Amino acid sequence: MDFTLWDIVRNLLTGLQWTLALSLVAFIGGGVIGLIVMTLRISETSAFRTLARCYIELFQGTPLLMQLFLVFFGVALMGVDISPWVAALLALTLFTSAYLAEIWRGCVESISNGQWEASASLALTPFEQLRYVILPQALRIAVAPTVGFSVQVVKGTAVTSIIGFTELTKTGGMLANATFQPFMVYGFVALGYFLLCYPLSLSARYLERRLHASA
Amino acid sequence: MPLLRISALHKYYGDHHVLKGIDLSVEEGQVVAIIGRSGSGKSTLLRTLNGLESINDGVIEVDGEYLDAARADLRSLRQKVGMVFQQFNLFPHLTVGENVMLAPQVVKKVSRAEATKLAKEMLERVGLGEKFDAFPDRLSGGQQQRVAIARALAMSPKVLLCDEITSALDPELVNEVLSVVRALAKDGMTLIMVTHEMRFAREVGDKLVFMHQGKVHEVGDPRELMANPKTPELANFIGSVEQV
Amino acid sequence: MAYQFDFIPVLQNADLLLRGALFTLELTAIGTLLGVSVGIVGAIVRAWKIQPFSALFGVYVELIRNTPFLVQLFFIFFGLPSLGLQISEWQAAVLAMVINLGAYSTEIIRAGVQAIPRGQLEASAALAMTRLETFRYVVLVPALGKVWPALSSQIIIVMLGSAVCSQIATEELSFAANFIQSRNFRAFETYIITTLIYLFMALMIRQLLGWIGRRYIARNS
Repeated sequence: MDFTLWDIVRNLLTGLQWTLALSLVAFIGGGVIGLIVMTLRISETSAFRTLARCYIELFQGTPLLMQLFLVFFGVALMGVDISPWVAALLALTLFTSAYLAEIWRGCVESISNGQWEASASLALTPFEQLRYVILPQALRIAVAPTVGFSVQVVKGTAVTSIIGFTELTKTGGMLANATFQPFMVYGFVALGYFLLCYPLSLSARYLERRLHASA
Repeated sequence: MPLLRISALHKYYGDHHVLKGIDLSVEEGQVVAIIGRSGSGKSTLLRTLNGLESINDGVIEVDGEYLDAARADLRSLRQKVGMVFQQFNLFPHLTVGENVMLAPQVVKKVSRAEATKLAKEMLERVGLGEKFDAFPDRLSGGQQQRVAIARALAMSPKVLLCDEITSALDPELVNEVLSVVRALAKDGMTLIMVTHEMRFAREVGDKLVFMHQGKVHEVGDPRELMANPKTPELANFIGSVEQV
Repeated sequence: MAYQFDFIPVLQNADLLLRGALFTLELTAIGTLLGVSVGIVGAIVRAWKIQPFSALFGVYVELIRNTPFLVQLFFIFFGLPSLGLQISEWQAAVLAMVINLGAYSTEIIRAGVQAIPRGQLEASAALAMTRLETFRYVVLVPALGKVWPALSSQIIIVMLGSAVCSQIATEELSFAANFIQSRNFRAFETYIITTLIYLFMALMIRQLLGWIGRRYIARNS
C-alpha cells in the first residue's frame, strides 16, 4: 500500500490530537492532585509532610516508563481491565502532580514569613492564610514555571506510546514501518511536538521576564 | 480585674531559655511600653500574646481567653489581640481597602458592604481614607504602617500589640505613625508596645516594662522609672539609648 | 481470589537486573561527561555570542528542549541509517543522551556564566589574562557552582529517561526488566523491583554529584 505525503500528515495529525488531549487532561488532573500534595508538603503535621515528600521523591526519582508499567500492570492485577488510554492518563497525572507540587512548594516558600504571621495575627486559620493571603501571591510567581513544566508533560506523553497508546509517537512508529521512510516520518513527529511545545516555552520565558520586570 | 494577665511564663528555643518566668498584668485602657536590649526576650514575649510563639509553661489570660502550653484557642484569642509588625506585612496582592476588609469578611463573616464601610472608617481613623483603592507598594512606609494599624483595628481587638512599629521607618515618617498611636491611646485603646522610642513611652505610657535576660527586670511608672532607675542595668540601658 | 505476590522469580534474575543497571550507569556516565562538555562549549558560544555558532546552538537547544527524548532516540536510531549512517543500539542511546543533555546543560551553564559578576572579568583582564584563560580559571568553576543543583537534577533526569532506550533494544535496566517479565509473567513484581533499583540509582547519583559539588566545584559553600 502506498502512502501519499498527505496520508502521513493526516494520520500524524490524528495522533497529535491524542497527544494534546492526554497532555491537557493529565495537566489539569495533575494540577488538582498537585495542589493537595503541596498542601500536605507544607502542613504543620510532620507525618503529612513526610508522606508528601516520599510521594514527590518516588515520582521524581523513577522513570516515567516504569510508572506507566506499574499502573498498567498494577491495575490489571486488581482484576480491572485497563485501556492504554486510562493507564497513560493515570500515570501521567500522578507524575505531573508530583512535579507541580514541588514547583508550587518553592513558590509558596518564597512568600515571606511575615505574610503568614500577619494573617495569623488577624485570626485567620492556617487554611485561610493559605487560601486568601499566600496562594494568591504564590500563584503570580508560579505561572511561569508552571507553563514551563507543561512542556515536560507534553513531551512525557510520548512515553505512553510504549504501552500501546496511539498518540503522535506511536502513530509515527507505525507509519515509519509502513512507509520505510523513518527519517521523514520521525522528522514530522518531532515537528509536531515542537509546534506544541515551543509556544509554551516562549510564553514561559515571556512570563518569567515580565514577572522580574514588575518585581 | 486586669484585662490581660501573664503568669509564670516560660519559653525555650531548644536549649535556650528565652523567657524565664514572666509575670505581668495589664489593665483595660493601659498603654504598656516594653523596652530592653535585643535578645532580652521583649519581642518574643509580645509574640506569645498573639500565639505567634508557643509557650512551654505558664498561663496567658486575655479577657476570658485562656492559653497555656497544652491548649490554645488561637482563633478566638487572636480576635481579641491585634498585632502590628515592624515590617508592616501588608498583603501586596490586595488594595489598601481589601487589606483591611479581609479578616472581618473571612473570620467574622461580615458582609462585603459592611466590611467596606468598616474599612473606610478605620482608614479615616488613621488618616488614609483616600488611599482605599491604592496598592500597598504605592504607599510610603509610614502610610503602610498606618494601614497595618487600621487592618488590626478592623477586628475590634481588646488589646493591640505593636512590635517595634517605627523601627523600619525613615526618621521623618516616625511621627505620623506615633501620632496615630497617641490618638488610639487617648481613645482608651489598650496597647502593649515593644519600642525604642523612649520619649514616646514616657509621654504616652502608663507602665514601663524593662526586660533583661528573659525576665521582667523592672516595672513601674515610665516617668518615675526613667528618672530613678533602681537597677544599674536599667540605668545603663537608659544611658545607652538616650545618647543616640 | 486475591492476587498472590511472588518476587522470587524476579530475584532469581538478579544477575540480569544487575548487569542492566550497570549498563544504565555506564550510559549515564558517558552521556554526562560528553553532554556536559557539549554544554560548556555551548555556554561559551552562547554567552559570548560567537556567530554563527551562537545562533546554531540556539536552534539546537530549542529543537531538543521542545521535543521528546524518545522521538530524538527513534530519529537517530531509525532515521540516520536511512541516510546510510549505520549505528548500533548503544551508540544511538549514548548519542541521544549526549545531544539531549548537551542542549539542557548549554542553557543551565550559560545561566551560571552570566551570573558571574563583571568585576571578575575586569579583574582577570587587569591581570593580563586572555578571554579563554579567564573562562577556564576564573569563570567556569564558579559558574558551574552556581548551577550545580540544576545540572545535577538534569543528569538524573537523563539517567531516568534512558529507560526508554529499551525500545531500540539497548540492553540497559528496563530492557532487562522487559526480558525477565516476558519469561516469568510476573510483570508487576518485576517492574516494582526495577523501579526501586532506579530510585536507588537516582539517590546514589544525587549523593555522588552533591559530594563532587562540595569537594571540587562549590568549595566555599
